Amino acid sequence: MGGLLPSLGRSVERRVHHADLGERDPDYIRDNLPWLWLLASAWFRADVRGLENIPERGPALLVGNHSGGNMIPDTVILTMAFSTYFGAERPFYQLAHNLVLAIPALAPLRRFGTVAATPENAAGALDAGAVLLVYPGGDHEVSRPVWERNVIDFDGRRGFVREALDAGVPLVPVVSIGGQETALFLSRGAGLARALRLDRTLRLKTLPISLALPWGLNVGDFLGHLPLPAKITIQVLPAIDLHERFGPDPDVDEVFEHVVALMQETLDALAAERRLPVLG
Amino acid sequence: MKVSASTDIAAAPEAVWALIGDLRRWPDFVAGLTRWEAAGRRRSGLGARYRALMRIGSADIGGLVEVVEFHPPADLAWNAVTGAEQRGRWRLRPHGEDATRVELRMTYHVAGWAPGAWLIARIAERAIRRNLTRTLGELARQVERDGSGR
Repeated sequence: MGGLLPSLGRSVERRVHHADLGERDPDYIRDNLPWLWLLASAWFRADVRGLENIPERGPALLVGNHSGGNMIPDTVILTMAFSTYFGAERPFYQLAHNLVLAIPALAPLRRFGTVAATPENAAGALDAGAVLLVYPGGDHEVSRPVWERNVIDFDGRRGFVREALDAGVPLVPVVSIGGQETALFLSRGAGLARALRLDRTLRLKTLPISLALPWGLNVGDFLGHLPLPAKITIQVLPAIDLHERFGPDPDVDEVFEHVVALMQETLDALAAERRLPVLG
Repeated sequence: MKVSASTDIAAAPEAVWALIGDLRRWPDFVAGLTRWEAAGRRRSGLGARYRALMRIGSADIGGLVEVVEFHPPADLAWNAVTGAEQRGRWRLRPHGEDATRVELRMTYHVAGWAPGAWLIARIAERAIRRNLTRTLGELARQVERDGSGR
């Protein structure tokens, strides 16, 4: 085990270096929009609001919360909605954990514009004038237990603020609800991940434990699961011009707190709209 | 996939064309339209381009459309330039003494693996047909209201 994991870690690193911005393929996206539309409309009864808040032209950094273990409906639905709204022609990238891009079955994500969450990819996408989506909460967030489903928890990760400031682009908060009801998430399994040294070898701080279809007890969610058809609502908030709102030299902590508070407020409002779990 | 709907409106073709021929007025009667913005200087007539989106299921679907036929008071056709592949037509013909038969047609293509695409096109058809039928109902109400106001 001791020798296997580090070598697996290295193999993951090798694979993700191939995921660069040039792999996004608008024709591929166009061909796949119809079934994503069906999945979003029929299975998740998705409701995406406020896309008009994304600046019509030029780069922007979308910062969102996301849910659902390794089967994250929020990303799929937002990518579909963005592409039908602005057209597959408009460049749109999503940052993802290295491990996600290393899974062979998820290779098509690269053609949708999913790239490894590296500072180079983030700066490259924004410099090229693209819209970039980041989920700062990462694996910490998607594996939170179900009773924390309506909490914005980025685990203090503030890198996105620096990225927006460095690139000089507006920040657009995106709040999503429903994804953490697609299975019964019980624990992040952080202790288990540490015990297995996954944090050091694969940059995995969690090993989520859930009850999910079709497995029953599901540890790690490496093979994914069949998500319950939870209603997903996504609210895009008005773009924030950081210099206009926070002055010439914004304080990263202040911006972070502001964005998280704003998103929590929105999530609370969306939670208040929901009457029943899963059904929405 | 082709979808069409038609209705008879108790007014002359010119009265119906007063609404259809003025593209700025489409949001007043086109059902499901979530975005309708002129792209470029030309607001109406041949060559006018609009950013158009229609809510179908969970998504706002559409793109840039351009008016490719403009023959008052009879025919107006558009083609999609970007976004969803579709085209459409308003066809107005005199019907009897003082009525107009209005036909609204849309043709669209769903991309991707053929059997799946066919199924999805059929599912979308229901939502589109509903929007077309509502559009004609609203158009008739507005034309008839405008006519009685004069």
